[in-house]
Amino acid sequence: MESMEIAEKLQDHFPGEVLEICDFHGQVGVIVKRDRIVDILRWLRDTPEIKMDHFMDLCGVDNKKRLGGNLLRFEVVYNLYSIPLRHSIRIRAQVPENDACIDTATGLWCGANWHERECYDLMGISFNGHPDMRRILLPDDWVGHPLRKEYPLKGREEWSGLVELKHKVVELQEFGLSDGTLRTEAEQSQTEGNEKS
Amino acid sequence: MGEVKESGVQEPALIEIADGVKKIPGINAVLGPLNMLVNWGRAGSIWPMTFGLACCAIEMMDAGASTNDLDRFGIIFRASPRQADCMIVAGTLTKKMSPVLRRVYDQMPEPRYVLAMGSCACSGGVFNSYSVTQGVDTIVPVDVYVPGCPPRPAALMQGLIKLQEKILQEQYRWSLWR
Repeated sequence: MESMEIAEKLQDHFPGEVLEICDFHGQVGVIVKRDRIVDILRWLRDTPEIKMDHFMDLCGVDNKKRLGGNLLRFEVVYNLYSIPLRHSIRIRAQVPENDACIDTATGLWCGANWHERECYDLMGISFNGHPDMRRILLPDDWVGHPLRKEYPLKGREEWSGLVELKHKVVELQEFGLSDGTLRTEAEQSQTEGNEKS
Repeated sequence: MGEVKESGVQEPALIEIADGVKKIPGINAVLGPLNMLVNWGRAGSIWPMTFGLACCAIEMMDAGASTNDLDRFGIIFRASPRQADCMIVAGTLTKKMSPVLRRVYDQMPEPRYVLAMGSCACSGGVFNSYSVTQGVDTIVPVDVYVPGCPPRPAALMQGLIKLQEKILQEQYRWSLWR
């Protein structure tokens, strides 16, 4: 089935949920509200002529620089594919900034577990009902969500674990016999000065 | 009239196999100053601990494989830090990985050396970002830097030869007499 056809069927079935259907280079995306996202995904998975049995990907999007229209601050994108019927569709659920959360899809595809953890880790969107809502890539005590637009490239402060490690490295320096180069904090800024001169 | 030949025991010709290290032919023995013997032994058997973190590890594997063959330098990769003399840090070191790197380094017995392979290990490379350690020399002391993204196996071999040269020149470093 063509993706546009699936999108129209989805709109007929969930008229209050679908906000917009957009077509970009033959790839159809359906912008939906977040409230009944699990119902929408379940319908797409279980309807015999659609049968989206493969959960390809889930990602978070920060819409900060393209707000307007039906777009809210955040977006959770579900890329679905049907292995027996060979068609795919993209569902874009809108998530507001002041309450960045959405229901989990782990009940439908257990593979969504780590995708949702990654989305939480880097974008700060939490998933209601997720069995294990922890960070997955960054350390557990990391502050902030790096892929949000307001997060500076270098972060605001150094990760506490690395600060602790660097103190430990300075402490251990006198016990080692190595005469290799070790740059401590003070020397790092000095090296930068030497490079300029 | 016959010439009187000078009789005497012929000195066995010593074969110099390395700088200051001589082999006595026919006997399974080498002769030389202890300092040079130890340095020669260490330089000829650098056993690296592999710390492959990214694409540099692929080049490191290639350097160890048959075309380039690190084994001919006596370099045999070890999977355990307890058996290693040198750590080749090959790839991008993230902040989350840094404590692990330091722990593995601390588990290695002396003498130990560190070779930073690739731009990321040397300085953080292009990843001047929130998650990447800006050079492994902020975590462990580095002996040899091999730049490149990633460095070719020949460059890694050059780095290891530099490390061998460094080991061969060591004197008064480990104690007062050596």
